[in-house]
Amino acid sequence: MKRYVTLPLTEEMAREMRAGDEVYLTGCVYTSRDAGHKRMCEALARGEELPFDPMDAVIYYVGPSPAKPGRVIGSAGPTTSGRMDAYAPTMMSVGARGMIGKGARSAEVIEAMKKYGGVYFGAIGGAGALLARCIKSAELIAYEDLQSEALRKLYVEDFPVTVIIDSLGNNLYERHKA
Amino acid sequence: MDNNGSMDGIRNIEVREITDCIARLCVEANESLPEDVRRALDRYRDMEREDLPRGILEKIIENYHIADDEHVPICQDTGMAVIFLEIGQDVHLTGGDLHDAVNEGVRRGYVDGYLRKSVVADPIRRGNTGDNTPAMVTTEIVPGDHVRITVAPKGFGSENMSAIRMLKPSQGLEGVKDFIIDAVRAAGPNPCPPMIVGVGMGGTFDKAALLAKKALLRPVDSSNPDPYYAELEKELLERINELDIGPQGLGGVTTALGLNVETLPTHIAGLPVAVNISCHVTRHGTEVI
Repeated sequence: MKRYVTLPLTEEMAREMRAGDEVYLTGCVYTSRDAGHKRMCEALARGEELPFDPMDAVIYYVGPSPAKPGRVIGSAGPTTSGRMDAYAPTMMSVGARGMIGKGARSAEVIEAMKKYGGVYFGAIGGAGALLARCIKSAELIAYEDLQSEALRKLYVEDFPVTVIIDSLGNNLYERHKA
Repeated sequence: MDNNGSMDGIRNIEVREITDCIARLCVEANESLPEDVRRALDRYRDMEREDLPRGILEKIIENYHIADDEHVPICQDTGMAVIFLEIGQDVHLTGGDLHDAVNEGVRRGYVDGYLRKSVVADPIRRGNTGDNTPAMVTTEIVPGDHVRITVAPKGFGSENMSAIRMLKPSQGLEGVKDFIIDAVRAAGPNPCPPMIVGVGMGGTFDKAALLAKKALLRPVDSSNPDPYYAELEKELLERINELDIGPQGLGGVTTALGLNVETLPTHIAGLPVAVNISCHVTRHGTEVI
């Protein structure tokens, strides 16, 4: 079904979503990919706070290209999610609720999604110019030295995603195996 | 000596010309999808019967039009700068070090062109170099007095799904087909399908990989000049598009837009096969100086 969702994403909202749902997200999402996740998980291991409140947050796996003058952001499509599999269960354990990316996830991530009530959204990979149009503001919040991999807070409007894996473990990529 | 300062048919080319050319090609390649890929996307969109895959291909087409109109990168992964230089043997490069000139072109293209800097200085210790250098350069000496420059920015979502295997000669054609199909199946939704598949066969371990990369430069709707391999390309593409991976891995007839095979002679004991996977944003630009 089609859902228009205003963020943050509560556990109740996440658990209602089903693989195949077409979702339009409005609100704040946080960007992070390989190096940012590594740093956040290291911070958590040391007992430190994250640079943003992870509770009910949606994390967008993206490293945008630089904004040209007068623009909010450059191109900003999803990166391959599997590289964040090592970190995603830890992020969900502190409240992170949604992930936006593309490509397959590990069994461990799916188990964590069931346990904590997480949802995995897919955005169209390679459509970074199109997706950037839904991003209305971008603010650098941490790890500036990581450049495109720095943590950013984005405000998105009607950002189009599809639920690939839901909190029951239904997986749109494995629809033929059902 | 002629007025170019050359003698004996040698042509002098200043390396700063190569710098300028590469800077320009880095930006153009990232903002403008090659015509052959556009044609293939149109063709496959018309072949998709289901709303979901057809809709995804329409968005992908809309995306490259936005990149054209707004002069922004088609994809945020503006790649590592893969560069091929075919240097005529009658060319004398002057005015500096060739590789410095190439990297200066990449630096200028990526920094001034607002492209993403995606290169780390060390595979384990990481650390972004800040300007997308160094380029991955292949130079070849060819007849003539020109320099042919190709810039092919390569994203790593797809690069990561590539594979190479040293098959036994006894595995033959069937072994080759199975390996290629298995590599595409294993890539699944990760490399932003529809993919473009470059296959390199023969040579040595390293040459097979290089051939696979070069196969991605050939237009997706072209065929290997050898009818035997042209037929193999056709068969493999059909089989890949029966896998039902589809656009973005959500099913459909468009798993790959094209598959190109390049070959080299090889050793009596060997059958190297490399599969370089690329995405629907397979970019390249060429200029001749």
